[in-house]
Amino acid sequence: MNAMWSFLEKLWLKEWIFFLENTYRDGNKIYAKILGLVGAAGRVIRITPLSGPYVPRVGDKIVGKVIDITMTGWRVDTGTAYSALLNVKDATTRYIKKEEDLSKIISVGDYVVVKIINVTSQNLIDLTMKEPGLFKTVGGRVIEINNQKVPRVIGKQGSMISLIKSRTGCEITVGQNGNIWIRGHSPENELLAAKAIKLVEEKSHYEGLTERMEKFLAEHGTTADITPVEQAAPEENSNERYEEN
Amino acid sequence: MIINKETILQLAKQGKRLDGRGLLEYRTPFEVELDISWTAEGSAKVRLGETVVIAGVKMSLDKPYADTADEGGITVNAELLPLSSPEYEPGPPQMKGIELARVTDRGIRESHAIDLKKLCVTPGEKAWFVTIDLISINDAGNLFDVATVAALAALKNARFPYVDPETGVIDYHKKTDQKVPLVKEPIGITVYKISGNLLVDPTSEEEKSYDARLSVATDEHGIISALQKGGDAPLTVDEIGKMIDIAMDKAKFLRNALDKELARKKK
Amino acid sequence: MVYTKRVDGRKLDELRPIEAKVGVIPNAKGSAMFRSGHTLAYAAVYGPRELFPKHLQNPKKGIIRCYYNMMPFSGSGERIRPGGNRRAQEISMVMTNALNPVVDLSAFPNTVVDIFVELPQTDAGTRCAAICAASMALADAGIPMKDMVSAVACGEVDGTVVADLIYDEEAYDAIVSDIPVAVLHNSKEVTLLQMDGEISKEALLRAIQMAQKVTEKIHEIQKKALKDKYAREE
Repeated sequence: MNAMWSFLEKLWLKEWIFFLENTYRDGNKIYAKILGLVGAAGRVIRITPLSGPYVPRVGDKIVGKVIDITMTGWRVDTGTAYSALLNVKDATTRYIKKEEDLSKIISVGDYVVVKIINVTSQNLIDLTMKEPGLFKTVGGRVIEINNQKVPRVIGKQGSMISLIKSRTGCEITVGQNGNIWIRGHSPENELLAAKAIKLVEEKSHYEGLTERMEKFLAEHGTTADITPVEQAAPEENSNERYEEN
Repeated sequence: MIINKETILQLAKQGKRLDGRGLLEYRTPFEVELDISWTAEGSAKVRLGETVVIAGVKMSLDKPYADTADEGGITVNAELLPLSSPEYEPGPPQMKGIELARVTDRGIRESHAIDLKKLCVTPGEKAWFVTIDLISINDAGNLFDVATVAALAALKNARFPYVDPETGVIDYHKKTDQKVPLVKEPIGITVYKISGNLLVDPTSEEEKSYDARLSVATDEHGIISALQKGGDAPLTVDEIGKMIDIAMDKAKFLRNALDKELARKKK
Repeated sequence: MVYTKRVDGRKLDELRPIEAKVGVIPNAKGSAMFRSGHTLAYAAVYGPRELFPKHLQNPKKGIIRCYYNMMPFSGSGERIRPGGNRRAQEISMVMTNALNPVVDLSAFPNTVVDIFVELPQTDAGTRCAAICAASMALADAGIPMKDMVSAVACGEVDGTVVADLIYDEEAYDAIVSDIPVAVLHNSKEVTLLQMDGEISKEALLRAIQMAQKVTEKIHEIQKKALKDKYAREE
């Protein structure tokens, strides 16, 4: 189905339809609640938002900043209005003694790749860092994009992000909250990856984005793939610093 | 706010920056628009990268101060609007805004950029008082440099309002052709020290990751009219000398850029 | 004496030239610029974010807070001393009331969406321009909304009902009433209604009806500004 422009325009429908979030009904008229692209497939109306706050969901992988150390763990800024807690027992499989200085494991100001394991009715969030693929970042840089553009940055089956990773040789972890961690061989490669991601964010509603990206990466980088930086792979001990070679 | 502090410190050691700029490189675009407020006696909007500042000039007639009976006066005020950044809250000015206003004020006042005697109407009785308001619209770092350029541009644009010759009442709806007597062009530049290296035009992230900074206001003759050191770390005299050189060079650069922009807009 | 020819030559129901743009303040979640003649308003939306003081938090939904402010050099006469003034506080409040009915923050309990509006220059109709800008900024930020809000100051000048009064009309040497009205686009309901001056009930209702009519044009401009942000290159 074609994506049409819509903003609070009435959608007249004769049959019963299923509509997903971001719409509301008034009698037999359906209105969009946010600025977005409208798509309809069969009986389902979907509104793809162009902007909007990140709504935390269980299972989401996000990149957050540690802002406080508590008695039982760390408080993490997830880019939402809500407090997120990473409990010590969810941070590492290693046994942590009671008197241990938590800031030696993760300090205030560190960025962590974590997963949401619980969201209360008041939107308070519990996190874990214990699963594979979750870690405390070392080096590199974190950038911020519109969280609604994350699916486009990742691409169909990860195609877009893989393209950017391979042409810049960067490790890239995309958080559902719109925070993205990038680490490459050089700051120039990291900057190129950051610019490429920003390009997707800007032109996300265009067609032919993959070709545009290929062109961009060719103009500013290379057309060949670059061997990526070695994985940090902190397994047991999340406090092991990655030594730069 | 995302702050890649460790990475900024590491890169600065090698003379590099997150956005790939050189240490002494200013962001683009640099744009100046004059007369952006028809209610102000003079106004300008300046954009540097994503940082935008508006400066507005208002004038009033008042009794001169007793010790400067033949002079008018100038005041500089700064508002760091909550509109311009999630860091600012509504309410009375905080330290950052107060410092910005006071340092910009000294740069203009101490350089005698405005001939205060020319602002006098009747000695001891009536003189013009000029107030410059600096308003942040988007703070992406380096409000200081942008604000001093905006203040200068607004002063260049400022004209006296019409005064009824009989009643002496100001009609703010009518502007005369008479320009504010600007005789010098001071510009303030703030130079930052990060990991031992010196840089200019910091982003918001860099402003949160520095060791020390020095604000220097200079006019087109290279005379320094204001200085302000900030930050926790100390500076050596050698560093201070280097920072002043950088500030003078960049003040010249911005002054030229401003003139070019104004000439371009005139066409 | 009847006011037939307007001070600036406009027709009785003619709006001033309007300029509208969104995404003008990159730091904000959503932002807009709305200019009607010489009245110019910038609006920036931050949030949903944590709300302090805690006793203002609503466990069922987020709230909005509007802050209206005129820059010191934006008044028609002398400089305006910065800092809270009662007029600005009242306008902030009526703006919040005008926007509340359309905002849906049920998914964001205990939070606040802050809306800041600043005006660098003014020529009457400031709270209306502020509401128009704020409405666009909220949409730009992706805050769920049930409708768009548009506002205009209508009124009666020397016996004639007109739309979008300017300062010289407010100050006209005759009986004048200045009526800012905010209208919801879909339902045509009124969410802001104030009045300065003297007017009969019949003329008042005509002024409100005129506002409902001309805000349709304003809505088109607001909508276009939002669409233009995403306009594709050809």
